[in-house]
Amino acid sequence: MTSLLERRLLFVTGKGGVGKTTIAAGLAWLLATRGKRVLACEVDAKGDLAAAFELGDVGFDPVEVPGGPWVMSMDTEASLREYLRLQLRIPVIGRIGPLASAFDFVAAAAPGVREILTVGKLCYEVRERRYDAIVVDAAATGHVLGHLTAPQAINDLVKVGLIRSQTTWMLDILNDAATTGVVVVATPEEMPVAETIELVDAIRSTTRVDVAGVVVNRTLPELFGVRDEATFASIAAARPGVLDESRFDGVFDAARHATVRRRIAAEHVTTLRAALPGDLPLVLQPYLFTRAEGRRATRQVATALAGELS
Amino acid sequence: MTTPSSVRRLVETREILLCCGPGGVGKTTIAASLAMLAATTTPGRVLVLTIDPAKRLAQALGLEGIGNDVVRIDDETLAAAGAVPRGELHCAMLDMKRSWDDLIRRHAPDAPTARRILSNPLYQNITGRFVQSHDYIAMERLHELHATGEWDLIVVDTPPTRNALDFLDAPARMEEFFSSRLLRWLILPARGGLLGIAARPFTQIADRILGTQFLEDITEFFLSLQSMYGGFVERARAVSRLLSDERTSFVVVATPEPTPLREADFFLRELRSRRYEIGALVLNRALPSSLSAPATESAAEALAADAEGIAKVAARALDLDIEAAARVLRTAAASAREWSVVARREAAARERMASAAPLVVTVPSLDGEVGDLEGILALSGVIGSAA
Repeated sequence: MTSLLERRLLFVTGKGGVGKTTIAAGLAWLLATRGKRVLACEVDAKGDLAAAFELGDVGFDPVEVPGGPWVMSMDTEASLREYLRLQLRIPVIGRIGPLASAFDFVAAAAPGVREILTVGKLCYEVRERRYDAIVVDAAATGHVLGHLTAPQAINDLVKVGLIRSQTTWMLDILNDAATTGVVVVATPEEMPVAETIELVDAIRSTTRVDVAGVVVNRTLPELFGVRDEATFASIAAARPGVLDESRFDGVFDAARHATVRRRIAAEHVTTLRAALPGDLPLVLQPYLFTRAEGRRATRQVATALAGELS
Repeated sequence: MTTPSSVRRLVETREILLCCGPGGVGKTTIAASLAMLAATTTPGRVLVLTIDPAKRLAQALGLEGIGNDVVRIDDETLAAAGAVPRGELHCAMLDMKRSWDDLIRRHAPDAPTARRILSNPLYQNITGRFVQSHDYIAMERLHELHATGEWDLIVVDTPPTRNALDFLDAPARMEEFFSSRLLRWLILPARGGLLGIAARPFTQIADRILGTQFLEDITEFFLSLQSMYGGFVERARAVSRLLSDERTSFVVVATPEPTPLREADFFLRELRSRRYEIGALVLNRALPSSLSAPATESAAEALAADAEGIAKVAARALDLDIEAAARVLRTAAASAREWSVVARREAAARERMASAAPLVVTVPSLDGEVGDLEGILALSGVIGSAA
């Protein structure tokens, strides 16, 4: 199995709120620091990926992070324009206007039309080899299958035409496990774990795209061993000596909070591990106690991922 | 109406509460707690409409495998969880596929048209993607439930969407879609056998890209759909009106972390610009306030500095191993220092959001995950007692 870091196209997905953008940014940064030319692409245009690199507004044209990846934001209209110019040799100047709304309309009806413009652009970049690796901050759990299955859906629905002829090479790229992989991000909580199990199952049963790994974000280290936990419990119950002063309330609350969270999280990780195929890498990404966003945090995520992945 | 000064007033005075916010912040749980609060403090019939609850929560609410039906949580079950109901608590889940089928049947001019649409191969795919269908169908179902006149309060857990606001625009977009000139362009040639001049550039390009057969399939499908135009548009307008009705209020839910807060902030601004009423901002799963207290950090430092001395006293009093006690205290101190950083960051974020909504409620993370009626009841107590 090709290691996650050797693939050229990585789709990073997961339930909303689990930090998939953080992980995508960390992966992109990690690959870039290993000397690769990396493109990081945000699919849902919320601007979170640009924020992870402190870039401000980023559009369809990639912006370089010094020492890091190139960052772009997917725009299906721009992708359509590029496609028309490069493939059909129809130059489109300015906004596409009516054509874009026409496309919106067809896209509303035809499954996969909008998605294929996203996946098509990503596959195109893989084929052009201007980047060594492309990390996609992909759509959330509910929508990512739409992207991964778009070429096949179009292939099944559209029998002739230019789009049809374009899907074959895309499928070759997407279905090649040495090239493409999906990274599913979860947190050690009930819903994200349940969705991750469902998604991995759905990807494996409805597509031929390879799942490269699962990252469990925000995992907590074990605070106490079993015996120390008992020791802590008896101290916390009695609070002898100075410990009964109210200024220590926060200290005991923090330790209890950390222990309870850790225990619940560990149960969810166990559930996840048991449900996933044995050969699928499961990466535990620690909870970051320092800054929560920006380049500093992205670097720290990259460092932690490097430790887990190599 | 003036904005209520507490969540209790909010559940007393409004008929519809829409819980919205970014994914993963506990929207469903908060929606269930608001409904619980209403059912335990007001005499009305309360319904919570959830979209995709966690398994344990669905079990707790008795929602497993019930499809689109409404189920009542009976008083015995509530009493067993420790609740003293004043009203009735009902729950429903949104079954997307069934809701769409119902919608088609309702709006189709006749049974054969309905059958033609329901059996169209494109229909399956389309109901999953069609003009933000999840968002639209949730609002449509809300309208339907509200129109029955059976409910004093409906609390809605809004669908998780890529853009959390899509559901607000869904009714308008649905109307726009059905009134669009494009739809007419596409349908015109099929009807009259004539290609409209206006449609020519579009059809030519679309033809090159998609192929004729596919376009014909789509056209045939929309031709059937267009017979439902009037019903759809009228309904979409009614749904829009319901959202801005003075009996409707929005509850924005987030956790006090940077990304969810940024999304919540965006959400609040958009609600305001659309002139919808913001009832409350709920900051869920906040760390205990003791963690951010200045005393905690100095206490943790003092503990770290003299772990051995303090451990000696504790070990003697409790008959423990001194080494183990010292190790435990050092670990607890280190952990407290880490968490107090997070807690202070949260406190700063909460302060920033203090005036973002007329009512900002902080809900501390309870021990463990909320997944049963007891947990929901505890949460409703916290939300209900917040000023």
